This record gives sequence, C-alpha cells and structure tokens, in this order.
Amino acid sequence: MLLSGDEAVALAAFNAGVRLGTGYPGTPSTEILEAFARLGGAARWAPNEKVALEVGLGASFGGARALVTMKHVGVNVAADVLFTATYTGVDGGLVLVSADDPGMASSQNEQDNRHYARAAGAIMLEPADAQQSYDFTGAAFEISERFHLPVILRMTTRVCHSKSIVTQRPLPPPSAAPAFRRDVPGRVMIPAHARPAHRRLRERLARAAGYAEDCPQTLVERRGKALGIVTSGVCALHAREAAPEASLMQLGFSHPLPMRAIREFVASVDRCVVVEEGDPILVAELRAEGLKVEGKAERFRFGELNVERVRRILSGDDSPEPETPSGKPPMLCEGCSHRPVFEALSRLDCIVSGDIGCYTLGVLPPFSAIDSCVCMGASIGVGLGLRHVLPPGEARRVVSVIGDSTFMHSGLTGLAEMVYNPPPGGHVLLILDNGTTAMTGQQEHPGTGRDLSHRVAKRIVPEEVARAMGIANVTTIDPMADEAALERAIASALASGELCVIVARRACILAAPKIRIYERAAAASAMAKMAETAK
Amino acid sequence: MTKAKAKVVNVVLAGLGGQGVVKASDILADAAFRAGLDVKKSEIHGMSQRGGSVASDVRFGERVDSPMIARGEADCLLVVAADQVEVNRHVLKPDGVLVTPETLEGAGKIQPKSINVALLGALSRHLDLPAPVWEEAIRANLAEKHHRLNLEAFQRGREAAGK
Repeated sequence: MLLSGDEAVALAAFNAGVRLGTGYPGTPSTEILEAFARLGGAARWAPNEKVALEVGLGASFGGARALVTMKHVGVNVAADVLFTATYTGVDGGLVLVSADDPGMASSQNEQDNRHYARAAGAIMLEPADAQQSYDFTGAAFEISERFHLPVILRMTTRVCHSKSIVTQRPLPPPSAAPAFRRDVPGRVMIPAHARPAHRRLRERLARAAGYAEDCPQTLVERRGKALGIVTSGVCALHAREAAPEASLMQLGFSHPLPMRAIREFVASVDRCVVVEEGDPILVAELRAEGLKVEGKAERFRFGELNVERVRRILSGDDSPEPETPSGKPPMLCEGCSHRPVFEALSRLDCIVSGDIGCYTLGVLPPFSAIDSCVCMGASIGVGLGLRHVLPPGEARRVVSVIGDSTFMHSGLTGLAEMVYNPPPGGHVLLILDNGTTAMTGQQEHPGTGRDLSHRVAKRIVPEEVARAMGIANVTTIDPMADEAALERAIASALASGELCVIVARRACILAAPKIRIYERAAAASAMAKMAETAK
Repeated sequence: MTKAKAKVVNVVLAGLGGQGVVKASDILADAAFRAGLDVKKSEIHGMSQRGGSVASDVRFGERVDSPMIARGEADCLLVVAADQVEVNRHVLKPDGVLVTPETLEGAGKIQPKSINVALLGALSRHLDLPAPVWEEAIRANLAEKHHRLNLEAFQRGREAAGK
C-alpha cells in the first residue's frame, strides 16, 4: 500500500485495537483521526488538545488504548496534562502524536517538541517514513504499557504528508479488556503521592533507556568506518542519500536515549556527525556524555533539512545557501465571508487583535487589517490587554477577531476574562462563524452541530454562550448580506463603550456545499426516526 | 523497466492550490508503485487550499531514500499553472524535461478540471512506466464518474507530447 505517514499511524492504531482516538485538527496531524474514523475506529474532535489528552488519559486509566493527535503547538495546550500524566503513568497504552512543522509550512512557530519528552519525562519515538510510522505506532502502544508511560510519537510535516510503501504487519492486541483499577496513590497527585511518583517516573525512564539500547527502533546501519552519522526522523533518509558510504545510526527511540549503543557507535567510526532538524538537542546531550561528535552550523537550526543541506552539514559548509524563489502566497478565497469583515475593519481603522485560522490571511493586502496573531485564543486576551493600557482614543479602536472553531478551542476562557475584568471603555469581540474549521480542511467542532464523521451532535451556539456569560450586547449579522450594515454594527459597538459580541455568520464558501449535504442527511434521518416512532 | 530501476527518477509537479497538483502526484506515485518500484512522494499541504503555490515531489526507482527532491535534481518538472514555471525552474536538471500547459497545444479540447491528468499524459512520454499502470492508477485515484474524461485527457496529452 502507498500511504502517508498520517494514514499509516491511523492504520496501526486501528490494528493495535485502539478504543478511542481524539485530538484537535492541526496541520500536519489532521488526517490521522480522519483516516482512523474511515477505517471504523472511534474518533472524535475534542474542543482543544488539553481536553483531548485528558480524555485519552481517562481511557488509559480505564485500561484501553488511546490515540491523541495534535500539531506541535497543540502540545503546548496539552502540556498541563502531559507533565503530570508521566507521574500518574498509564494502564492502557497512551500515544500522543506531536506533528511538528519545521519550516512552518502552516504554523506560527517551528518549536521542536523533542524538548517535551525531556521536560515531561515521556518516552519518544520518531519515525522517518510511512512504514516506520506504522511500525513505531504499533510498538508505541506496547512500550507505553510495558513502562506505564505515555509515548510521544513525534512526526514532522515531511513524515506526516509523505507517501511511501507500507506493508501491514499484524500488531499484538492489548493484553486486557477495559476495566477500572483503583490506584489512589498512583493517580491522585497530591504532594504526598506526587513525590514518590516523581521518583517512580525516573526509575521507569531508566528502565526504558535500558530497553532502548537494543530495541527495534534503535537502528544501526554499519557501512564505512571513516564517517558515522547519528540522526533521527526523516533526516535519516536525507543522510543515507547524502552519504551512502557512511555508517548510520537512526535514533527511532529518541527519549530516553540508548547511550551505551550511541557510545559504541561513535567509538566505531573515525568521525561522527549529528544530523538533526531544529534545535541542537542530540548533539548537546551526546557532548554532555563526553562523546566527540560534530554538530551543525546555526543556520541549519532554521527550516527543514534536505539532502542538499545535509551534504553541507557533513562537509562543514557554512556558506550562504541559494535563495528559493517564493511562490504565490495563499489568500482569502473569492467569495469568502471573511473578506467584507476585514474590509470594514480596515475602513474603520481598527486595531485588530487576530487569531489562528484562515482569517489570519486578513493581514495581507488588500486588507492589511490584523495587528497581532500569536496563538489559539490570544485575540481576546491580547485585545483586552491593549484596551487596558492604551489612551482612550486608541483603546476604543481595539477589536478582537476570532473564528468559530478557535472560539470553542480557547476563546471561552478569554470571554470569561472579558466579563470579569472589563476594560473601562468596554471591548468588542467579533466571532467569525463560518461553520467549520476551515484552515485545516473543514473539520467539525462543538459549534457546528456535527461530530467528526459529520453526524448530528449537540451544537453549542456562541451567542447563547456570550449571553449566559454576561455579555448584554450580542448581535448576529450575515457579513455577505449587507456590507454597510456590517460596518455600522462594528462602528456602533466600538462607540458604545460597552462589552459587545458580534457574531458574523456565513458558511465557508468551500464548505457550504458539503454542509448542505450533511444537513439534508440529518433531516432525512430525523424524518426516518419520526416515522419509526409513529409506527 | 531496467533503466528506471537502476536509478531514481525525480519528478516535481507544481501549480496553484485547487489545480489538482496533489491529485496528479498521487496518480504518478501510484503508477510507479503498480510498476513494482519503490516510491516516495511528498508535498507541503496546509495553506495551499487558499490558492497559494503547491509543489509535490515524486521519486521512484529500485530504492528511494529521501522523499524530497533537491535543487537541480528533477528529471522532469510538470507545471499546471503557466505563471508557476519560473518559481519552480530551479529544481530542474540542466537537461531536464519541462511539461507545461503549452505542451498541450494541439491536443484538442480538454476540460479545465482534467488539465492535470492531460499533463500526466504528456509526462508519460518521458517516463519508463508501462501504459496499463497509468490507466489503473487513474481509475484508482479518481471517482468512477470522472474516469472516462480523465482517461481521454491523459491520452490527448500523451498524443500532443508525441507530435
């Protein structure tokens, strides 16, 4: 089979008997749960990554295998769970997929989530291609159960989205059926329990390090003696091609490190170079062990590596790299309902605190109407902060703009802050509700009224939430129906000096045809149910 | 097939979001897979949905390592949007083959939605893959209702490039 890394993870999870897959959409991880659902797996979108990991941990406490997927920045949201889940440990295998985005094809930063394994004390596996994505996912559940620790499967854009040939091998099923096992000192993390739990975590990691020494994920290809390369992830493939004569060690089990095996490998070659994408983590850890290894020039910390860049690293070439011509940047679609909103904000000369989604493209000309974009949900907090300190004339121009999926993800607590600590001149929150998580490929969320597989689910309505939280001025407007009315609504909210929420609702032009199909299917099924009851 | 197996063939497919670049690369990768070759294919998704530039790398041969094609190492460059040729030309070998919508001149009427597949037809002239695997790959990667149109487009592209 020809599969992407994402599809291979889904297939392995399905074959390994995963009972629950959850996560929040984020490029390049989104396709995993969609593929898992198509295979027949129980997959769902959580409102955000923190909730997803909590649900996954609960499933694991219940003795079931759970798969939790997210992009690299999603792990920041889930980190609160992760750092103590390593203390509580797990029963059913718990695998957290962290899909990193070196080069930022579709992200706001290129953080290197290998740090998280070290910081939280989790086991980390790093596949290089789709076959390894399959094999390592299968192994990750077993390893998680063997050491009672969550395993982070760290992928990158090139692993998630590259397709290669996968042979489907049978994977051992979980050893027991889900059942509750009471373990108060193990799972109730009051300080008296957490202190021994931390020691237990370090013991588990020490045992995992021993296991890593000669596990199937620690891969050594012995070739020449002149050059050895220590690497991980997709870089192993670049390195094999850049230096086919070199001996190669791929650290598929990359935390805790198999230090004895690494030491032996380094000693077996005349010269050893660490080839790693992102931060210089492995090179620092190997040097701390007293190993004589070479690293890379600082310029290779930025962006993805490829065969050409690995050749440069191996030859110590730190000369400027040729520029790649930049292509056409993405833009808001013709007919996109965000367009009139940013046109209005631009005309009103607003200070716009933006958020993560398609609408971030409102920063580009001809709109040029976003002044900040940091992380999911930040539009509200950052907008409030600006309102609190700016002189009144400037403060009243500040608007927070957030999408519907992002609002469900982390706008709710921002709204609580807005109500609880209102700026003296009020504030205006614009919720751009296009009925889908558009940027990542039109996924459902708690505000769409449909689940991951587009079947009917309970819908959370942002206007009702805003009113229930204490916002008096809540209005709904179709941004495509009347552009002048839209502008008037924003202008009068800004002039009111009060807390205002405006919901600009119009379906994403790309998603609208599909949404109509889902709605017709839902109506037909509701009719069928009524007919059934009437019998 | 001996020639193709001996070395890795590198093809870059490029265009704009919505032009079927990724679909065309799926078909090419599948055709090579069906021909019994090792295949790797990679592209950057994400923002491409919003009409931005898209490029997909397809590599096949006896054994393929990296999924990415380095600058100046593409044997063929297939570009669906004429204005995307220049930004992608740097990937092509000096003697590499460029396939663009111009290649289709004289191919007769081709539906805009099938230009990607027509260009694959033109590309097929330069690749050592047997005809049946192309047809199988087109059928396997497109919905049945689109088969006839795309098989025709492929054939027209192939003929246009042979003129």
